[in-house]
Amino acid sequence: MSVVTPAPGNSGAGAISLSPVIDTASSLRATSGERVTAVRGYMRRNMSLPVGLTLLAILAVFLVVGRFMVDLEESRPVSVMTLQPPSWELPFGSDRQGRNMFAVAVAGTPMTLQIGLIAGFLGVGIGATLAFVAAYYGGKVDNIIKSMVDTGLTIPGLMILITVAMNVRGGLGVTQMALVVASLAWLYPTRTIRSQLLTLRERGYIQIAQMSGMSGPEIIVREMLPNLLPYLVAALVNSTSAAILASIGLEVLGLGPFEAPTIGMTLYWVNYNAAIINGWWWWWVPPIVVIGTVFIGLFLVAIGLDEIANPRLRRTV
Amino acid sequence: MAIQIPPDTTRVQADVLSVRDLRVYYHTPRGAVRAVDGVTFDIKAGERMGLVGESGSGKTTIALALMQLIRPPGRIEGGEVLVDGLDLLKLNAEQMRQRRLALIAMVAQGAMNSLNPVIRVRDQIVDALKDHGLKQTKAELAGRISSLLQRVGLGPQVADMFPHELSGGMKQRVCIAIAISMSPKVIIADEPTSALDVVVQRQVMETLRNVQLDLGAAIILVGHDMGLMAQAVDRLGVMYAGTLAELCSVRHIFEEPLHPYSQLLIASLPSLDKKGVFQGIPGLPPSLLNKPKGCPFRPRCPQAFARCETEEPKLTEVKPGRFVSCHLYTEAS
Amino acid sequence: MRPDYVLKRFAIFLLITWVAATLNFLIPRLGSRSPIEDKLMTQAATGGYLQQGVAEMVKEYEAKFGLDRPLWQQYLTYLGDVARFDFNYSIANYPRRVVDILLEGLPWTMGLLTMTTLISFVVGNLLGAFLGWPRAPRWIHYLMPPLLALHALPFFLLGLVLVYIFAFTFQVLPLYGGFTTGTMPNWSLTFILDVLSHAVLPAASIVLVSIGGWALGMRAMMVTTQGEDYTNFADAKGLLPKTIFFHYAIRNALLPQVTALALVLGQILSGAVLVEVIFGYPGIGTVLFQAIRGSDFFLVQGIVFIVIISIGITTFILDLIYPLLDPRISYQRG
Repeated sequence: MSVVTPAPGNSGAGAISLSPVIDTASSLRATSGERVTAVRGYMRRNMSLPVGLTLLAILAVFLVVGRFMVDLEESRPVSVMTLQPPSWELPFGSDRQGRNMFAVAVAGTPMTLQIGLIAGFLGVGIGATLAFVAAYYGGKVDNIIKSMVDTGLTIPGLMILITVAMNVRGGLGVTQMALVVASLAWLYPTRTIRSQLLTLRERGYIQIAQMSGMSGPEIIVREMLPNLLPYLVAALVNSTSAAILASIGLEVLGLGPFEAPTIGMTLYWVNYNAAIINGWWWWWVPPIVVIGTVFIGLFLVAIGLDEIANPRLRRTV
Repeated sequence: MAIQIPPDTTRVQADVLSVRDLRVYYHTPRGAVRAVDGVTFDIKAGERMGLVGESGSGKTTIALALMQLIRPPGRIEGGEVLVDGLDLLKLNAEQMRQRRLALIAMVAQGAMNSLNPVIRVRDQIVDALKDHGLKQTKAELAGRISSLLQRVGLGPQVADMFPHELSGGMKQRVCIAIAISMSPKVIIADEPTSALDVVVQRQVMETLRNVQLDLGAAIILVGHDMGLMAQAVDRLGVMYAGTLAELCSVRHIFEEPLHPYSQLLIASLPSLDKKGVFQGIPGLPPSLLNKPKGCPFRPRCPQAFARCETEEPKLTEVKPGRFVSCHLYTEAS
Repeated sequence: MRPDYVLKRFAIFLLITWVAATLNFLIPRLGSRSPIEDKLMTQAATGGYLQQGVAEMVKEYEAKFGLDRPLWQQYLTYLGDVARFDFNYSIANYPRRVVDILLEGLPWTMGLLTMTTLISFVVGNLLGAFLGWPRAPRWIHYLMPPLLALHALPFFLLGLVLVYIFAFTFQVLPLYGGFTTGTMPNWSLTFILDVLSHAVLPAASIVLVSIGGWALGMRAMMVTTQGEDYTNFADAKGLLPKTIFFHYAIRNALLPQVTALALVLGQILSGAVLVEVIFGYPGIGTVLFQAIRGSDFFLVQGIVFIVIISIGITTFILDLIYPLLDPRISYQRG
């Protein structure tokens, strides 16, 4: 489980191999009526993007509404009676240390998501910058960056994260965890964005734009960015997903912020207390459902974006 | 007393390929694109015919249709393709598969990528033979491959090579070797030399000529290089907007083109003798999606008149062996 | 295969090994945290011992573990040790050596990973190939959505669910461990079956999640290969659909998949580590987990290093296999 490569096997070639949207030079100007039909056709053929977004939206609603329904302080230990199965007062029951599991879900999930988003954004931000630098300067600079990235990607990120986490005095806090994960999160985005930039550069329409007198920055903004945008967004989605996975991984191993009610830490306690064997199902089912929703949602969004950016993968009507 | 009847050298040769009113449409969400809209011609054994036209005129589509390689959203809407009397369009997939290469073979453009990059040359020749039911010992196969390569001017060591080890011309000749490996009656060559330099072009065209003479097969050469056509074919068909504008001997096309499009085409060819300004053909080919009524060339035709707007001309034989689809020649005179 | 291709790949492997070793050396020392001191302090705190005199104990241990010498000396000694796979003693399990503990867990992890990777790669790619083939049977397409949904999940997540369903509720498979506790490992059939039954759920967690990814990638690659000129020419040659499917489409589509395999090795291993933790499977993962719990720095270091090396070796092997599949490769700069 690397830091920001997508979930296992996802980086299978072709899975997230985005290539530019319709070439500007060869696209026909679609009428607005045609565009509506196109969008509807897309929705019919490929449910991924809408379904993914819906899942994430449902989760968001749950988290927002939940805040008004419970006192978040009860996500701390010794708040309520221990090991209570779900009831009206405790919709998700309680764990062995007396936490209100509903409060834990509502309070802790945003923390996990936050780690993912921070690390994800930083990863793509740094990655995109490095990719542009490498693609723009070429030559030695490009070689150095490329070698760094390739070497770094061969080393399983989780191992490095473990090493770092073990040596931080006093354990990792939430923000610290985000930064630690981010420190490796830029590797994969750099590689993929760089290769995408290089492909774009070779495409004819860039040269056409140059010859028709567009300036450098204008080319970047008007020709390259529109083609790069779905790709960047997909990279962001993948980056966030992998970062969340990495943080949960660290927490399950016991290297996370012990006091925080994050999903990973909850699973750590589940494992520590053998909650499955003891039949305390309410303890582990909600975190699993939440993570499942998050990952499946992000995954579907990534696939949906992939279809937009790579028309060849579209299934013909 | 036995009478020796001398062999009848004037016996008319049978048509080996007859195409009747072939139609191929591509069904897009916006409607049907009429890529080939009623094409009819015959070819005799050993004859060489060329098909020229602008991009989008339908010539490659015809080539694919003859091989029944049209894929959705394209579909053969109608017509007949008779090879030695057998209508290919009436065959099912497996029957057609067996006829490919054995009866009718194709050499495509872009030989650069026509060969499987991860398999050796000999395996690519053999797999076709095997899939057509040929059972031979390894030695026999090796011999067959060697002689095939020899016929296209390649040495036997090429058999063990991978495609990326060959030059463009060599790859194209391997494709030709594969195409003749089962002695087909018809060979279709779709721009076989477009990616090659002139020297190699000549080699490949010579190879093609040799194997064709050897086999006595008919050849259809699809392309847009008029100079090449002039040297390589006996008859030339000019395609425009999915139909045949003119079909006659290559000599007649160059010396006395009948159809206004052919006339403009010939006029636009640069000549070594005369110096002058380049003459193109003004305008663009019509949309095959919404084909207008009447003659498809009318908007660009300098000799168009009233009838051209309402009635689509049919391909008619206005002089022996010379077919035109133009109202100029079919008016009741 | 050209020798310079092999040499270059080997050099990369050595480079990765060196980077791993150095990181492994530096990061702990950057924390200016003495593992010995912390361990002793924790023990003192939980055991209620007096904390004076701990400083002297720390010094003694540091001398024993070589932590009192200048940094560059430690580095050189460290590199030398690592080359001999001497990872020092395990702090938590003293006097057991790290390398011995590792060797106990390694076969379990390697067995699990090799089996699961092979199965998911082969089955996943085959499935993807059929999905990308227009003449495939309809029902195949219905497999895709559930497999895709599974693919989004981390291995251990599925592991938790599978344990609950099959081990706890239906009790058809064991809950925990690599073999029934208390039995002595031996080569009898009963033991082997026992091991296999304990491996089913961990393996299933990994395989079921991974298949979707391979299938998705392979399907896309099949779409690409079928658009290639050589597939069209294969059709024109009148080849049997079966021949085109296997020798033209799959054969070429497989190449990027093998490349992808080399890239995701790290992820698979990391995911497998967590699966082992959930199942208490006696591989590297569980060893790591306990080492972390026991603040056993040397053991963790050893594990991290072994993991990185294993991936380096596997990548190297895959690099050597690749030219056999794609004859174009070793002729390029590679």
